[in-house]
Amino acid sequence: MSVIVTDQGFGPETRIAAFLTLDELRQSETAGHALDLAPDADPEALAPFLDRLALIRIAFPAFSDGRGFSIASRLRLLGYRGRLRARGHVLADQYGHARRAGFDEVEIDAILAARQPEEQWLRRANWQDGDYRARLRQKPAAA
Amino acid sequence: MWRVPEMAGFVVTANDLLVGDVIYLTPAQGWTRRLREAAVAPDAAAGEELLTEARRQPARAVGPYLIEVAAAADGPRPTVLRERVRASGPSNRPEHGRRPEDL
Amino acid sequence: MYSYDDFDEAFVRARVATFREQVARRIDGSLTEEEFRPIRLMNGLYLQLHAYMLRVAIPYGTINPVQMRQLAMIAERWDKGYGHFTTRQNIQFNWPELRDVPDILDALADVGMHAIQTSGNCVRNVTADHFAGAAGDEIEDPRPTAELIRQWSTDHPEFLYLPRKFKIAVTGSPNDRAVTRAHDIGLRMLRDADGAPGYEVIVGGGLGRTPMIGKVIRPFLPKAELLPYLEAVLQVYNLLGRRDNKYKARIKILVHETGIDEVREMVEAAFVLKKEAFPGADPDLVAAIEAAFAPPRFIEGLMYAPLKGKARVWATTNTAAHRHPDYAIVTVSLKAVGATPGDATAQQMRVMADLAERFGHGELRVSHEQNVILPHVHRAHLAEVHEALLEAGLGAANVGLLSDIIACPGMDYCALATARSIPVAQEIAAHFEAREREIGPFKIKISGCINACGHHHVAHVGILGLDRAGVENYQITLGGDATESAAIGERPGHGFPAEALIPALDRLVQRYLELRRDPSEPFIDAFRRLGMTPFRDALYPDGGTRDAA
Repeated sequence: MSVIVTDQGFGPETRIAAFLTLDELRQSETAGHALDLAPDADPEALAPFLDRLALIRIAFPAFSDGRGFSIASRLRLLGYRGRLRARGHVLADQYGHARRAGFDEVEIDAILAARQPEEQWLRRANWQDGDYRARLRQKPAAA
Repeated sequence: MWRVPEMAGFVVTANDLLVGDVIYLTPAQGWTRRLREAAVAPDAAAGEELLTEARRQPARAVGPYLIEVAAAADGPRPTVLRERVRASGPSNRPEHGRRPEDL
Repeated sequence: MYSYDDFDEAFVRARVATFREQVARRIDGSLTEEEFRPIRLMNGLYLQLHAYMLRVAIPYGTINPVQMRQLAMIAERWDKGYGHFTTRQNIQFNWPELRDVPDILDALADVGMHAIQTSGNCVRNVTADHFAGAAGDEIEDPRPTAELIRQWSTDHPEFLYLPRKFKIAVTGSPNDRAVTRAHDIGLRMLRDADGAPGYEVIVGGGLGRTPMIGKVIRPFLPKAELLPYLEAVLQVYNLLGRRDNKYKARIKILVHETGIDEVREMVEAAFVLKKEAFPGADPDLVAAIEAAFAPPRFIEGLMYAPLKGKARVWATTNTAAHRHPDYAIVTVSLKAVGATPGDATAQQMRVMADLAERFGHGELRVSHEQNVILPHVHRAHLAEVHEALLEAGLGAANVGLLSDIIACPGMDYCALATARSIPVAQEIAAHFEAREREIGPFKIKISGCINACGHHHVAHVGILGLDRAGVENYQITLGGDATESAAIGERPGHGFPAEALIPALDRLVQRYLELRRDPSEPFIDAFRRLGMTPFRDALYPDGGTRDAA
């Protein structure tokens, strides 16, 4: 059983659509679909179809494999406005980074959720604090 | 686990999680800072068994692995230079290492 | 120099609190060692041979007396009374205990310091010219750039789990004292034809297993576009850098295997997207950072006499020209013969802090050559500074000479090492000390393993310590250069066991003394003029040039 983690903590699966393959997505003419991406996926290949997607789920087979963060960033740069989910071996310690990189939520399995209970994730729900990158865009504080 | 001090064999070493210093697995499956108190496995297969036990103690020992030791007058002595340095301390600051009687 | 504002302060405090919690979760098992390891590495904490090692960041090598005194306190309270200054302008403590590390980090936060991202597969400490703001040959002070990159890279959500570590260096002078051509990204500040400021961007340099000199990816990048451009480079690297082989995971391998032209194309394409969404830092914020690095109010009209005796001799090697004619840049040598290169005791740190406060306009630097710099000392004060340094065991007059050796900690400390480097450095220094002035400028760098933290590839004489059938064996390389004329040293032949190393170096030095045009031709120039052959013959008089195993 998967756990979906958001700023409110643990919750059940909320997705309605089934996951398509990339070929199915290309052929579809409707919107609101879901897609799975591996960490070696090329985000550019999705560029023409982004408006057909409501949810893109990016795999994190190992927490040390940070490609998903760049895939998320690239998809946002390409104009994707739907939901982005990081799924797999994502640590509570990475929750804030995932949110800042453009993810809306994280999906973990029950074993990881047991080892890293909700409290450890909620502790990082304030991911907008301490964001240096956002701070750099602002005017300096008055002396 | 049994220990035959005169023979060569294999010892499990690791670093203590909290302090960070060098520790060795004992016959009682505890940990000691004194190499002469370490469990010496007679061959690699027995060494692997010791290692399996060591890996069950992540709250105490970080990164356990096997080292080869040879018999010496005052207990087992690592055969590899790196492990001898690791056992006795940095050669540029012997005062920060372990004295021979503590090994 | 830059000082923390409320944001920086809140950030490091929260970071320490988080790490305290993470240590607790490691101990209670909610984090496995495998999960905890990158977290502790990104907080600067290694596990070495005998102990943990904490690598504290000294951003672009700049530190003030209050901070230096705090390092002294930390050394005494939680370590064994000393610290080691590194080849990336950081300081390392060799004996902290895990339980104490959160307290050490709090003590660092008290003085605006941290150990964030000094390890891990992320952007590391940004290094810069250690003479920044003081040298007369500077186009622009590189430190505001380095500070900007520091802030941008700190906890950057996209780039904390890269294929491997990422090192950036900045030089503001055409005389590159920051080794920019051996970094993942090197930035050389310059002006375009209209005088507009910008950077030459070099990518894919690096030492280690496969040393490479970086290639120019962008000959001129306008200054304001720096951050989005860096994001583009990092994004391409994060997506495409190899993750299958730790020894092929740096960006230099990506550039080597893919080709600089294709990498450039991908980066420029990513740059277009990045620039739109993230144009970079607010110009007022950049201006505020630059203002923080304004030069000190130099003393005018103070008379001074020429130095005499030991102080005069010391000044010939340990001072460099300052942009202000009455000032000098002082290099405090941490290479006293017999001591460990780059180490300073807590007491020595306090002496340096005091000197900076009294005579140095409150500023110190750490150089990648493991020495400490007082960048702004009025010539009238040099004698007194020298006297104080002598008393503290910091008076070695050897900067740039043979005994000014760079050595990594090696197998006495480092879990990666294949041979010891410190005893070798000490022996070489002792052996040549009496003759080093006669020999002249001579850069020896020693690495205790192939990872090359001692930068041996870019030494005039590099020494690499390897393990040959269980015995330490030392491989020599010749003709390396860490400056703007960067070059990787060449290997003349087989390695030497420890006892044969000094005799080999004796023969090498002897041959140089015989062949140099005159005493004003340093070894590296003679090597370039004459080539490898006479020096190879000196090292191997019996012609033994078989490769080391």
